[in-house]
Amino acid sequence: MGRKLLLEKAHVEGIRTYEVYRREGGYRSVEKALKTMTPDQITDEVKKSGLRGRGGAGFPTGMKWSFIAKPEGVPRHLVCNADESEPGTFKDRYLMEFLPHLLIEGLIVSSFALGSNVTYIYIRGEYAWIVDILEQAIAEAKQNGWLGNNILGTGFNCEIYVHRGAGAYICGEETALLESLEGKRGNPRIKPPFPAVKGAWDRPTVVNNVETLAAVVPIINIGAEEYAKIGIGKSTGTKLISACGNINKPGVYEIDMTISVEDFIYSDEYCGGIPNGKKLKACIPGGSSVPILPANLLLKTVKGETRIMNYESLSDGGFAKGSMMGSGGFIVLDEDQCVVRNTLTLARFYRHESCGQCSPCREGTGWMEKILKNIEYGKGKSSDIDLLWDIQRKIEGNTICPLGDAAAWPVAAAIRHFRDEFEWHVANPLESQKRNFGLAHYADPLESVTA
Amino acid sequence: MAEEKKLFKVTIDNITIEVEPGTSILNAARKIGGDVAPPAMCYYTKLKGSGGKCRTCLVEVAAGSTADPRPMPKLVASCRTNVMDGMIVKNITSEKVIDARNGVVEFLLINHPLDCPICDQAGECSLQDLSYEHGKEATRYEFKRRTFEKHDMGPFIQLHMTRCILCYRCVFAADQLTDKREHGILDRGDHSEIATYIQKSLDHDFIGNIIDVCPVGALTDRTFRFKNRVWFLKPEDAHRDCPKCNGKVTLWYRGDEVFRVTARKDQWGEVQDWICNECRFEKKKTADWVIEGPTKISRHSVISANHYVGMEVPKETLPDVMGGRKPKLLMNIHSVSEVNRPGIDLSKIEGPAHSTDFVEAKNGS
Ligand SMILES: Cc1cc2nc3c(=O)[nH]c(=O)nc-3n(C[C@H](O)[C@H](O)[C@H](O)COP(=O)(O)O)c2cc1C
Ligand code: SF4
Ligand code: SF4
Ligand code: FES
Repeated sequence: MGRKLLLEKAHVEGIRTYEVYRREGGYRSVEKALKTMTPDQITDEVKKSGLRGRGGAGFPTGMKWSFIAKPEGVPRHLVCNADESEPGTFKDRYLMEFLPHLLIEGLIVSSFALGSNVTYIYIRGEYAWIVDILEQAIAEAKQNGWLGNNILGTGFNCEIYVHRGAGAYICGEETALLESLEGKRGNPRIKPPFPAVKGAWDRPTVVNNVETLAAVVPIINIGAEEYAKIGIGKSTGTKLISACGNINKPGVYEIDMTISVEDFIYSDEYCGGIPNGKKLKACIPGGSSVPILPANLLLKTVKGETRIMNYESLSDGGFAKGSMMGSGGFIVLDEDQCVVRNTLTLARFYRHESCGQCSPCREGTGWMEKILKNIEYGKGKSSDIDLLWDIQRKIEGNTICPLGDAAAWPVAAAIRHFRDEFEWHVANPLESQKRNFGLAHYADPLESVTA
Repeated sequence: MAEEKKLFKVTIDNITIEVEPGTSILNAARKIGGDVAPPAMCYYTKLKGSGGKCRTCLVEVAAGSTADPRPMPKLVASCRTNVMDGMIVKNITSEKVIDARNGVVEFLLINHPLDCPICDQAGECSLQDLSYEHGKEATRYEFKRRTFEKHDMGPFIQLHMTRCILCYRCVFAADQLTDKREHGILDRGDHSEIATYIQKSLDHDFIGNIIDVCPVGALTDRTFRFKNRVWFLKPEDAHRDCPKCNGKVTLWYRGDEVFRVTARKDQWGEVQDWICNECRFEKKKTADWVIEGPTKISRHSVISANHYVGMEVPKETLPDVMGGRKPKLLMNIHSVSEVNRPGIDLSKIEGPAHSTDFVEAKNGS
């Protein structure tokens, strides 16, 4: 059984309250960090731990922190990204709902490291009840001297405010988030300048995911070296995975990034296999934006190695033969699922969530959705598949923010791996309305898949 | 004397120039001029924060700088990327750029109504020019185009949102020229629209300038709507003593009648000085103005079609881009073709020409 660093205490009765959380050893990392370490030492510790951002891109957190500009007399900010709106991803919600104090604890240590006296949690608006939970936790932390002025007599002041989003996925993109936090329309900014230089109100700002900031707590408690021992290679520590789709036990799991994808899906400790004896067809391993993989490429890499649930292994093979860890939203599709329909659902999402600033994303996402709708509903032409490919190709890399890429990749991967399913839809417009293409050869051993 | 400022050397499409640090790639390319300057649908020099959105100005950076000559991994928006010393940029010499730009133009057109025949902007529309250069003759888009209701934003300006390309220029202009914000973008993605708050009218003294910054016919002058086609009009530069603005305008004449007044634009289509509503909408008599003379108009513009004074011949950059080689595309058909015989004057042949006429010519008649 994998080691748990974040969710270990999630089911202790009353852990949401300050008393129980503290009794279980909560806020030790704040004592250790503020009393015995300097901000730079904390940043170094986070660097050494190998912690990578859990929001999707996997950027090394310690390095990000060390980039923050420190001009004289200008306040700096830490902003916690709790916008979690990527389809398939619901790990931050779980963490905040069950262990609000763990996040607050991580925020205090991180704020100290970055010199942020005013720290924000930007939370997706639909998580309305969690706002109450967090505000309660903040109030309790403040009553007990962990927030406010002169924390633990160190002279460090810190306040945390929760800011609710208004229902836009794009506000999870860090610069759109900052615009929205400033009270403006949530359009991503054109970079450079990067937030580390000009972030919220043009002040140096670090934006990190909820899970990233919570992970700072065990890093300080057990030390970077101990933390880095868990996992393999550049995938250190533990990772929260939100698993959903056709599995027996959907939910949020903490894994130590050494487990194979196959074990994760089939073992009783995690997803518990696929219901009703169905077979695995495909999987989107890291949230809706990452490439979908057919079963045969999911369980083994092209080199024939067992695929492991970590950053390197999931992306082994690049985009052509691999996928990404992304935000840890693990979506499983069984043999009864239609990849065309799934792709249409995602395309609709991205069309709806595009901010509309740049032409390729604004116009291209809508176009792709319309074509996919035709194919799905038996009105497609065979030229539509190539057209889709061309549209996604012209969006990718040509937009202001990565939402354009995130809209293009699922379409590209679906066509790349499931082209015959698209072609079957086009060739069999009537039959495709009555039945699914099914498993076809997508789970066959790799050798038999024609490249 | 102050010490000479260090200039950055930048090479764009094989042409090297020196520019001040802080210059964008787009502006450096505009210095070279001609075809080397990327098209810009959203950037506007005078509007702070503009640019980066339309993606028509994407270029390839083949080398970042002398210090770090690595290429940039993606195409960059030239309007929002500054040059570095030793940077090498490819615009029209990059297939990736041409491909991406064709894509962007297609994206901009799929939901455009293509109603040029009834659009006041026709003839001076940046989207028309862009499609002429990069568009395809047929569309691959087979769906219903997005439409919106037209509305009047006060007595002078009409918004025809269906034609809008969401360049945000009017939003920046209104924000930066007026003291309170009354217009912006509602909603998001392909359903976003330019709007005033619940269709309020815009009535600031300088709001008329949003008509001039609009690259397409989405914002039009209600006092000029459907009155005339721009290519039938003759532009004259004129000025007056205006207490609100500097009064430097272009008057658009047909015969003796002034059909409209606009700000003066430079060769990139950008307003040189903002003008007030009074100059723009209320001074439509020659007597109101001191006439300076015909406005300079690019020879490529349809506006030059009916008057040959003040015409500017655009700069020719192709030979430089090609390092002195003659572009193949522009070959002289007479010297290559066996069919065409420059020695034969078709108009002098009696009746329809026959192949025999040419044979005779060949035989040295
Ligand atoms: C369209 C879009 C949506 C995003 N949504 C989220 C989100 O909901 N939560 C999140 O933590 N990061 C999200 N990100 C990533 C953030 O931009 C940013 O990289 C992240 O918050 C950095 O935190 P980390 O370094 O701790 O991962 C999103 C990015 C994009 C492009
Ligand atoms: S890529 Fe899409 S979401 Fe991102 S800025 Fe452009 S239009 Fe907005
Ligand atoms: S109305 Fe014109 S200026 Fe305003 S965003 Fe649309 S195209 Fe641009
Ligand atoms: S002009 Fe540069 S992106 Fe529009």
